[in-house]
Amino acid sequence: MMWVDTVVQGILLGGLYALFAAGLSLVFGIMRLVNLAHGDLIVLAAYVILLVVSVLGINPFLAAAIAMPVMFAFGWLLQRVVLNRVLGEDILPPLLVTFGLSIVVQNVLLEGFTADSQRIGAGSLETASVAIGPLTLGVMPLLTFASAIAVIVGLNQLFYRTALGRAFRAVSDDPVTASLMGIKPASVFATATGIAMVVVTIAALYLGMRSNFDPTIGPARLIYAFEAVIIGGLGSLWGTLAGGIVIGVAQTVGAAINPEWQILSGHVAFLIVLLIRPRGLFPRSHD
Amino acid sequence: MSTIVDTRTTASRIAGVCAVLLLAAAIVAPVFVGRGVIQDLFFILTMLTLAQFWNLLAGYGGLVSVGQHAFVGIGAYTLFGAGLLLGLDPVAALLLCGVVAVVIAVPTAFFAFRLQGAYFAIGTWVVAEVVRLSVAQWQALGGGSGTSLPPTARDFAGTAWVARVLDVRDAAARDIVTYWLALALAVATCAGVYALLRSKRGLALAAVRDNVAAAQAVGVDAQRMKWLVFLIAAFGTGIAGGLIYLQKGRISPDAAFSVTDWTAFVIFIVVIGGIGTIEGPIIGVLVFFALQSLLADYGSTYLIVLGALGVVIMLFAPRGLWGLFAARTGIHLFPVRRRLRRTVPRNTQPPGETHG
Repeated sequence: MMWVDTVVQGILLGGLYALFAAGLSLVFGIMRLVNLAHGDLIVLAAYVILLVVSVLGINPFLAAAIAMPVMFAFGWLLQRVVLNRVLGEDILPPLLVTFGLSIVVQNVLLEGFTADSQRIGAGSLETASVAIGPLTLGVMPLLTFASAIAVIVGLNQLFYRTALGRAFRAVSDDPVTASLMGIKPASVFATATGIAMVVVTIAALYLGMRSNFDPTIGPARLIYAFEAVIIGGLGSLWGTLAGGIVIGVAQTVGAAINPEWQILSGHVAFLIVLLIRPRGLFPRSHD
Repeated sequence: MSTIVDTRTTASRIAGVCAVLLLAAAIVAPVFVGRGVIQDLFFILTMLTLAQFWNLLAGYGGLVSVGQHAFVGIGAYTLFGAGLLLGLDPVAALLLCGVVAVVIAVPTAFFAFRLQGAYFAIGTWVVAEVVRLSVAQWQALGGGSGTSLPPTARDFAGTAWVARVLDVRDAAARDIVTYWLALALAVATCAGVYALLRSKRGLALAAVRDNVAAAQAVGVDAQRMKWLVFLIAAFGTGIAGGLIYLQKGRISPDAAFSVTDWTAFVIFIVVIGGIGTIEGPIIGVLVFFALQSLLADYGSTYLIVLGALGVVIMLFAPRGLWGLFAARTGIHLFPVRRRLRRTVPRNTQPPGETHG
């Protein structure tokens, strides 16, 4: 029974990793940009939510709703002013620019909020749980998982049901031809990064409510997100959720064997998948 | 009349003479300058070594690794392991550091080369994390909290001689010996990378960097070049890691596998100086040291400035400071480009060796 519990906890944890990964996957899918600052942007969003909560004294979910447009604007500007300049055949400039950005964001947060760990207080929700059969599940992990599914459904709807989604797919396939059809790739990219930052804000909300965070934890979140994307197979959001679940289960099972192995077993699971299925569990035919 | 292929320029000849003079000055420096300066020079030389190897990887090999701190840490832990567990003289163990780094680099490359382009970067980072977390489990070397080199392991080859001849205390003598080792390593690295780039392999490397498909079409084995560069970089980075921690004398997983110290700083040095040139890391490390001396007291502000400078240079001058200078003046101190020169033959002169 203990093992069933461990695995279920791992699956729910996978929801959090899928949330981390969705934004990364979105940006990569549309503009082939790997944002090395992704983890630090999640932490930045967590601090924005924390700031709103402590200044206005409101519920964290409301605070996240206020933080979303702020982060959208930040992402839009970041893409417009900085990242659009480095997109191209050469992978070196975007990697180095986002790596620099990662260091800047981390240290600006250190300067502004010190290295102390913080937490977004969620009141009684933090400890609430429901009994499902013989299992007792935390409301917060369930909510995280449900949000991950909602985000993936929402993004898929956006991609395949809206004009914006059509523009995303068009610039992803061929930005030059898309621009001949009256689409401005630069502005589509900016909107995409803005939306990715909205997803990042949702991820940050759960990150901040579930555990302590400080300015230095960003790179580890980037690595989990990246592992989830690769395990799932590039370009598939549902695959990303599966990837998150693989990491989550590997971590909780590893931790059940020896608490010091938690993080390591997640990485080892990633390497094993890479060994057996280098293109991930659910690869697309192209890319 | 015939033509020869040449890479030398007037500037490179002058640079060669200056380099020899500078090297001579650097060798005798410990006689004239204090311990603080020697430690600063040690820092500059080891960072230069790390930067040259990263530049070889990213600037010439097109392999943007953000996991080179794995090899610094592996080198450092090999040195401590060899000293503490095997009782080897640390100076002799330095070579072992490089060998162990290569041994770990083989599976690393096996995994990371499965990831395309930009994902390769994060793949190397994951491997570095795995190595760090595994080493932290190694209780014989202090586990997560680290350990120190015992006094017996600190009197390595040459320290007694230096202490006697230069009449300095043991601690200062250790710094001088490690400084000379760092000098030898940095010079060997710069010279080795230069020699590699001027060779047939260097030409193949440049071809792969510029256009993989075209390089393969003329018979270059792109995958083999990537392996070669990755293993060379791991070897050198491992030795540098061992040397850095021989000088520090104390190790912990978080310090030896620090992504900021051994990867971020190194990347910024190369980017600021000029990626894809041998001069770039040299200029970069000097700028980096100057910035650190100016701003080190401000902690995170220093990193913000460094990160922002890296971003700005990548956006507006992607060839770095040296690239700007070279574009304006046409000066190359370490020219690797082959130029065709016409000569008037006095007697029948065989045509020069033509790789290019």
